[in-house]
Amino acid sequence: MARGTEYSFLPKLSSKREVFGLGACLCLIAILLRLGVALHPYSGAGTPPMFGDFEAQRHWMEITYHLSPSEWYFNTSNNNLSYWGLDYPPLTAYHSWICGAIAHSINPDWVSLHHSHGLEDYYHKLFMRYTVLVADILIYFPAIFVFVFGVYRSLSLEDKLSTAFIILVTPSLLVIDHGHFQYNSISLGLAVWAVLASCTRHNLLSCIFFSLSLNYKQMELYHSLPFFFFLLGKALQQREARLAMRSCQVNIKFNFFRYLTIIKYGLCVIATFLICWLPFLSSISSIQQVLHRLFPFSRGLYEDKVANFWCSLSVLIKLKLLLSRGVLLQLCFWTTILSIVPSAINLLFYPTPYRFLHSLVNSALSFFLFSFQVHEKSILLAVIPVSLLAVVHPFVSTWFILVATFSMYPLLVKDGLVLPTWSLSLFFFLSSYLFLPRLSYKMHNQDRRINLLFYVSMGLFFALCISSHFVTPPARLPDLFPVLISGFSCLHFLGFLVWFNYMQFMPQQIGHTYQKYFRLVHNKPHEN
Amino acid sequence: MDVALIVFILAATFKILLFPAYKSTDFEVHRNWLAITHSLPVSQWYYEATSEWTLDYPPFFAWFEAILSQVAGLIDPTIVNINNLYYNNFTVVWFQRSTVIITELALCYAIMEYCRVREGFTRGQTQVMKFVLSFQLLANFGLVIIDHIHFQYNGFLFGVLLLSITRIIEGRHLEGAIWFSILLNLKHIFLYISPAYFIYLLKHYCFTKSDDQHKKVETPLLRQFRVDRFLLLGTLILTVFILSFGPFVTMGQLGQVLSRLFPFKRGLCHAYWAPNFWALYNVIDKTLAIIATRLGYTLSITGSMTSGLVGEMSHQVLPSVPPIVTLILTLLTMIPPLLKLWFSKSSSQDFIKVIVLCAYSSFLFGWHVHEKAVLMITIPMSLLALEDKKFTRIYLLLSAIGHISLFPLLYTAAETLIKVCLYALFTISSFFALPMLTLDNAKEDKKKTSKPNPTRSWLLSFPALTTTDSLLLSIVLLFQIFCLCGSFVKFPFLPLLLTSVTCSVGIHWTWIMTLYTYLFN
Repeated sequence: MARGTEYSFLPKLSSKREVFGLGACLCLIAILLRLGVALHPYSGAGTPPMFGDFEAQRHWMEITYHLSPSEWYFNTSNNNLSYWGLDYPPLTAYHSWICGAIAHSINPDWVSLHHSHGLEDYYHKLFMRYTVLVADILIYFPAIFVFVFGVYRSLSLEDKLSTAFIILVTPSLLVIDHGHFQYNSISLGLAVWAVLASCTRHNLLSCIFFSLSLNYKQMELYHSLPFFFFLLGKALQQREARLAMRSCQVNIKFNFFRYLTIIKYGLCVIATFLICWLPFLSSISSIQQVLHRLFPFSRGLYEDKVANFWCSLSVLIKLKLLLSRGVLLQLCFWTTILSIVPSAINLLFYPTPYRFLHSLVNSALSFFLFSFQVHEKSILLAVIPVSLLAVVHPFVSTWFILVATFSMYPLLVKDGLVLPTWSLSLFFFLSSYLFLPRLSYKMHNQDRRINLLFYVSMGLFFALCISSHFVTPPARLPDLFPVLISGFSCLHFLGFLVWFNYMQFMPQQIGHTYQKYFRLVHNKPHEN
Repeated sequence: MDVALIVFILAATFKILLFPAYKSTDFEVHRNWLAITHSLPVSQWYYEATSEWTLDYPPFFAWFEAILSQVAGLIDPTIVNINNLYYNNFTVVWFQRSTVIITELALCYAIMEYCRVREGFTRGQTQVMKFVLSFQLLANFGLVIIDHIHFQYNGFLFGVLLLSITRIIEGRHLEGAIWFSILLNLKHIFLYISPAYFIYLLKHYCFTKSDDQHKKVETPLLRQFRVDRFLLLGTLILTVFILSFGPFVTMGQLGQVLSRLFPFKRGLCHAYWAPNFWALYNVIDKTLAIIATRLGYTLSITGSMTSGLVGEMSHQVLPSVPPIVTLILTLLTMIPPLLKLWFSKSSSQDFIKVIVLCAYSSFLFGWHVHEKAVLMITIPMSLLALEDKKFTRIYLLLSAIGHISLFPLLYTAAETLIKVCLYALFTISSFFALPMLTLDNAKEDKKKTSKPNPTRSWLLSFPALTTTDSLLLSIVLLFQIFCLCGSFVKFPFLPLLLTSVTCSVGIHWTWIMTLYTYLFN
């Protein structure tokens, strides 16, 4: 609501046309930033023999276009799984197939079987960049706009637009998708569609969208528990069941209908999965092979330096050496479950959109911090729900998103994406401060010490990141700066986990004015 | 923080993203100048010719490069090696690109000063106006394209220009004059607009009315002339020029320097025709030639105009144009506005209008004009567009069309979408923001008098434009879409030709409107 009064320089919008114009301009800025990042190198550019994620995606296009689906996940003479074998679920494979077909029609060399390994070509890079951009604009952009307009209905029009804009320029997603090269905007976009659907009572749609998202990238499992408990909680509530009964014109006090809804959801999920997996259902072994590709438990506890609890703990205790793989797996499993359970149970009893969004953050963060085999990029799964909460917690969301970006800094340095990281972070912080409703207001009015903490944290990150370029670490500790950065980020994430859990349990903490955002969505006066 | 500074930082973050983008030979030109000014004594600056990109800017710009080269030498000594042609590693790109961004702070400062001076004229919308002006200049499509992708230092130079305009509006004429003479010694293309400065300063600084305003009798013109002021102004301007050219005069190199600055060996038009009068002239000539050949006449000269080479080009039917004709035409078209500036009671806004008109004349009729020179018209006019609704309309049309004419500057695939999106962003935001500032009163008028015209179709109704304007803009845009989407294997120069001709028609139209608005309102 109250923007910092000193920054009231935006022209007042009076007609629908002007709002449309502002929306178009904000979208164009978001697209331009993406195009700008796309000019920079991608992961593994010019580093044979394995290259990086870019080559992986290109290789998948090659494989899926030339081979039949039965060969996609198997090691055959045409498909060497040790060279970037397909290890994402079927929807990714279909997407690769479509892109591969388009690439083939433009220039067959780009995806020629065997011969195109490690291809690096100006126009091909451009083609790949545009595939990401198209996916982003088709799935992620509308998801965010519909989410903001559908869920935060009580915001003013300008605030809705600027909130959507802030979510769209989240630096971590931009740098990873359009710089490093991945298609996270698809899986995350589908997840946002699912969140939106379930917050606006289109529960079946939500099931379908979430299953699709899960079938695009298995990492979406990080979000699965909140979805499960949210939908289950809603189904179990009397009101939902009563609605179902009324629609059937039956008035019996029998809880059959609530179980019917659950069964409906289940069937929906199963049907979506069956359709996605259709080509792989020929035999049990085929399913097993795909699953084996998706969940490679044979890899280690963590890769590289990730801002994960285990990786940070390894500075003190080398758990990898002390415990066997089986024990480690169990340890990870139980700690993850333990850290999710409170949030999940709370959601089950109070299935409101407010708690649901917080639970998504908590679950993704718990998985990121405590689970087995975590990538730096997985923090994106927490970043997206946090950015969806940007209106509710403007200050903490901004802080979180910046920390998440810096937590990937060593990876981004490796990719040659230092400049985009800094410039996008600066852009994001400044534009949040200017355009995110309430952020400047909040930073002016909250406890000075909290602001100080924020600036100290940012300053330390800045110092760490900059000195990683200019200070040579002692020979005994070659990974000093990556470890410091990930450890420091991990500390932040632990803090954020506690804070978001606390906020989930205490919705009254955000103040009455902002609770109404959610009340409008969920007409029931159930709590907030 | 100041609004202008915030916009500067936000725009800079995007400009940083453009570091690895395409860069023209101008990048190497400027790197070579860094090397020349760093490693050679001043006496050799205008003789050095190891690289084909010799120093052809005035001395102050050479000194500016010399200062930058000191920093460059510290960062990477290979940048300033004169034989290190086409040096293109990350350090030099990073260094040169960031100097463009940092020197643009001059523009940022000039915006702040301008807004401070114009505070009283903005109907209490100072902050909004500042934001819009900052966006218009710091995120200007032309400046981003030319400075941050193509590579030049126009943002800095226009900053100096804006500062000089501000000082003159403020009444600090001497400072304004000094800044402008410094600007002339940074880039001599600003000579285009010097007549406006000359007349305005002569009238408002060197001639003064007597203090008693109520006196009905006009004092004779000669009585008003203040010799002391004239001499002071002249001395100051001369001092700046002596500081700049003096060393070369004492070394007897003035002829050499001037021959570098004004290479008249070049042709009437640049490789890509700037959208001016001569583009139309060429096309008419070409059309007549084709008609003539169809009718069976044989033409004596068979020059190829579209070969894309810089050099002499001969017309086939119409008479060829010697440089003197372009000069005469330029001056002739400048005279009416200058006369009006001299004889009428002119305000500071009129000064800017005449600057714009001088820039128009030089751009439309000048010898070997670059398409980039269109910024000399658009940027001063954006100042007018903020406050005067008549100019809002002209500016919107001009910037929409003029910026289209810059499209051929970037022809590489990776930048094409960036340029289109940037153009869309800049044009849409101008079309929405500027009318909000200036048309407040108009809106109220409209409510009283007229209903919205139902016959205007949605496509042709750009905000603030008349139907004719909208039609013109739509045609230019449609042709440009055709140029961007079509493939021209047989006629590779067709897109350039179409862009140039359509934009030329549009720019002439805005020129006539500007001239009419200034002379008869």
